[in-house]
Amino acid sequence: MAAKTVQLDVVSAEERLFSGAVETLQVTGSEGELGIYPGHAPLLTTIKPGMVRVVKEGGEEEIIYVAGGVLEVQPHNVSVLADSAVRGEELDEQQALDAKKRAEEAIADSASDLSYAEAAAELARALAQLQIIRKIRK
Amino acid sequence: MAGGKEIKTKIGSINNTQKITSAMEMVAASKMKKAQERMASSRPYADSIRKVIGHVAHANLEYKHPYLEDRDVKRVGYIVISTDRGLCGGLNTNEFKAVVKHAQAQKESGVEVDFAAIGNKATGFFKRFGGRLLAQTSGLGDKPSVNDVLGTVQVMLDAFDEGKLDRLFVVYNKFVNTMKQEPTIAQLLPLPKAESRDEVQSGSWDYLYEPDPQPILELLIRRYVEATVYQGVVDNIASEQAARMVAMKAATDNAEDLIDQLQLVYNKARQAAITQEISEIVSGAEAV
Repeated sequence: MAAKTVQLDVVSAEERLFSGAVETLQVTGSEGELGIYPGHAPLLTTIKPGMVRVVKEGGEEEIIYVAGGVLEVQPHNVSVLADSAVRGEELDEQQALDAKKRAEEAIADSASDLSYAEAAAELARALAQLQIIRKIRK
Repeated sequence: MAGGKEIKTKIGSINNTQKITSAMEMVAASKMKKAQERMASSRPYADSIRKVIGHVAHANLEYKHPYLEDRDVKRVGYIVISTDRGLCGGLNTNEFKAVVKHAQAQKESGVEVDFAAIGNKATGFFKRFGGRLLAQTSGLGDKPSVNDVLGTVQVMLDAFDEGKLDRLFVVYNKFVNTMKQEPTIAQLLPLPKAESRDEVQSGSWDYLYEPDPQPILELLIRRYVEATVYQGVVDNIASEQAARMVAMKAATDNAEDLIDQLQLVYNKARQAAITQEISEIVSGAEAV
C-alpha cells in the first residue's frame, strides 16, 4: 500500500524552515511547475524563487517562500535545499571581486597593524605594572 | 614602601578593569548561547546537502565532476576563519599554529599554498606571516549571513575551476564545548569520499534530472562548499564567545587576587605610617 504522506524538509543554510509529513507539495522547478505526491520517483532539480505550497497531513495548507535552491525527491522523503537569498551570476561575481579587492587592500594597508601596536603597548604597560606590584610586595 | 595613596589608586583602577572584564564575561556568555542556537539551526542544511551529494556521487556514474575527482596536487588553498576581535585567549593563535603546521607540511612536499581570510585576525596574521592572500572578508559581526562569505568562497572556487588550486581546505575553531574549542582543518574540494552511512538504496537507480545532471551537481557542490564555510563561521563565532567568556572569567579572578594582595600591602603601609607617626610623637614628647 502506498504511503499517504511523505516526509518533507525545507532547510536553508541559516535555518530549518519546515519539517514534517505532508500529503503533497507544489514547487516551481526550473522546467516548470511540479506537484510531488508520496512515492514519486527519485528526482533532482533546481527550483526557481517562489512559493512552496504544502498540504500537511489532514489537509491543512502552508505556503513557504524560498529564494530558489534545489529539490531532491526520494520515494519517502523530499528535501528542499533553499537558498537564503536570491542569487544571480552577476551578484556572485561582484562579491568575489569585492573579496579580492579587500585582500589586496589589506596587504597594501599598513595602518591596520595599529591593533598590533596597540596590543604591544598594552602588554608593555601591563608588564610595567606587574613589576611595580612585585616591588611593592617585597 | 610606596605611599598609601598610590596603592589606593592602583586598587581603584584594577577594580574598574575587573568591572569591565566581568561585564565582558557576561556578554560573551549570552552571545555564546545565541551563537550555539545559530550553529544548531544551520546544521540541517549541511546534513541534507551532504546526503544528497552522497546519493548523487553513488548513483550518477556516467558523469564525473572535477569537484569529485582527486588530481595531482600542486597548489592548495586554505580558507581561514578567524575572529574579528581579540581578547579571546589563545583561540586564534592556536588556529594559526595549526594552519602553519599544515601548510609547512605541504610546502615540504613541494606543494604551494594560498590563503583566503575571513575575519580581521586572520588577515593581520597572514600579512605578517607572508602568505599569498587571495580574498578577504571581515566584520561579519555576531549574526553572519551566508551572503557574507560568498565572495571569498567564490574566489577560491574560481581558482579551483581554473586549475590554480588542486585542493581546498577550510580552517576554523570547532566548538566542542564551553571549555574546549578545537582548531579544525577540513577538506572541501575535491569532496572527501563520504562514508555511505545512510539508507542509499542498493542496486542501480538514478535520479531524474531536470534539466541535466551536470549543472545540478555543480550547483549542489557549490552550495555545499558555501554551507560548510558558513557553518565554519558560525562554529567559530560560538568558539570565540566561549573562549572570551573563559578568558574574561580568568581575568576577573586574577583581578580579584591582585586586589586582595594590594589591599594587604595597603594595610601594611597604613599601619607602618601610623606606627611611625606614634613613635615620632612619643620621641617628640620625650624630648620636651
